[in-house]
Amino acid sequence: MSVGQAAVALYPQTGVAASARRVRALIRRHAYLLLKSWPRLVSMIYYPTVTMVLWGFVTIYLKPTNSFLQSAPGFFLGAVLLWDVLFRGQLGVSLTFIEELYARNLGNLFVSPLRYYELVAGQLVMSVLRTLIGVGGACAFAWVLFHYSIFSYGLPLIAFFANLLMFGWAIGLAVSGMVLRWGLGAEELAWAAIFLFAPVSGVYYPIAVLPSALQAIAYAMPSAYVFEGMRAVLLSQTFRWDLLLRAFALNIVYIAIGIVLFRVAIAYARKRGMLLQMGE
Amino acid sequence: MLSAVAASADAAIAVRDLVKRYDDVLAVNGISFAVRRGTTTALLGGNGAGKTTTLSILLGVLTPTSGAISVLGVDMLRSRYKALPRMNFTSPYVDLPKRLTVRENLRVFADLYGVVNPRERIIELSEEFDLGLLLKRPYGELSAGQRTRVSLAKALINRPEVLLLDEPTASLDPDVGDRMRTYLETYQRASGCTVLLASHNMMEVERMCDDVIMLRAGLLVDQGAPDALVARYGRDSMEEVFLDIARGRAGLDEAESATAEGVR
Repeated sequence: MSVGQAAVALYPQTGVAASARRVRALIRRHAYLLLKSWPRLVSMIYYPTVTMVLWGFVTIYLKPTNSFLQSAPGFFLGAVLLWDVLFRGQLGVSLTFIEELYARNLGNLFVSPLRYYELVAGQLVMSVLRTLIGVGGACAFAWVLFHYSIFSYGLPLIAFFANLLMFGWAIGLAVSGMVLRWGLGAEELAWAAIFLFAPVSGVYYPIAVLPSALQAIAYAMPSAYVFEGMRAVLLSQTFRWDLLLRAFALNIVYIAIGIVLFRVAIAYARKRGMLLQMGE
Repeated sequence: MLSAVAASADAAIAVRDLVKRYDDVLAVNGISFAVRRGTTTALLGGNGAGKTTTLSILLGVLTPTSGAISVLGVDMLRSRYKALPRMNFTSPYVDLPKRLTVRENLRVFADLYGVVNPRERIIELSEEFDLGLLLKRPYGELSAGQRTRVSLAKALINRPEVLLLDEPTASLDPDVGDRMRTYLETYQRASGCTVLLASHNMMEVERMCDDVIMLRAGLLVDQGAPDALVARYGRDSMEEVFLDIARGRAGLDEAESATAEGVR
């Protein structure tokens, strides 16, 4: 073994370009992982597709005798695909973090120049990519199997997608914090946490059918406004800006809470010496 | 002498009154030391002596209860990101992503540290560490010795000015271990890097280190050049000095008193 004498030139370590470079490095790390693991890619598409197929057949079964489905045949398919945006968005954030725990790589990241907010930015970008792959695959199958296009919502789809993704980010960051706080034993939260929000999100029914106490909780969830908005587009062809704006405002609050929880968990891990030793 | 080094620009690492308490356990109990630029220093002590705790605090991944730490003149408790690009480390407590190839892992860390020509640097490191045939193999498929080489290559990706090593040759066979030590010595001389290593291998410490810091139960109990410590304890090797200190044998108190006077 020989030792090179030349100094290694480094880019400037501060500024937007430096942050972008480090976020890109994190994305590169996860892209390498995804692209070489077909089981990971398949599993991302598998669950949303299977759920979509189930609701597609339920629609076919009920439509001849159900006037609601006759007027809005894509109701269940649209709902299940949008629900999966929320689910994949959350998983994308938390699994990107959990992968680092599996790999026992957290210590290497935290002693590198990578900042906390760059780690979060990397998680969010990976969430978008994972959601596009997972839900995009299911959308393609929905078109092939049931001639249903999610794009039939038109431009409001962008607002639905963005709001659900943001709520998924908030939950994903909180879950990442909990996994960091309680270790990989809390990993199950990454898969299960989102279902706590399903009954009060009104994915398949209007919030009005819930008991009044649950309605109050539902209206504190951005997802409830999105699905109410989705039904308004489907049933009355109106885009309810007011609902989407409320969802957006709530998302800002929830993302701030998610960021704080994750940050507190990192500070706790730093205090307890867990960053170098956490792993499988 | 210690405070003079700590206060001067000669110290790459300066630690003052460092305390780390976990509930009722005092992991590090008010230690102070300085590591001169361009030297290799060992942190020695038995299990639970506070070596990894001290390294973790130096790296900024563990918050001290109190004390001050400066690396390359940067206050690590306030501005660690100014120093981190100029530092690196490797430890058996951390790993690299196992499904990524060696080249992919090195590329990711080259980008994280902002290496301008990552491809060139990876080629350079692959030659230095004899990794050419391993670059396309997943890290998880490598032997323990090969992984250690890759981890060390990762630790040198940014050609750090301060290198912290936790048990750098643990799990290596004597041949690979010797080659790693030779490489580290050569690298340290060629680059002028400051190395702080925690090790249980006394032969390694005697061979590589200019200074030794001895810890026991979170306290700094002695420090000095390996030869000086061996002479002070009236022993034949660092192994025997280590056993004296780790087991708190008779004679230590006198040595501690002598050290305390020297430090003052």
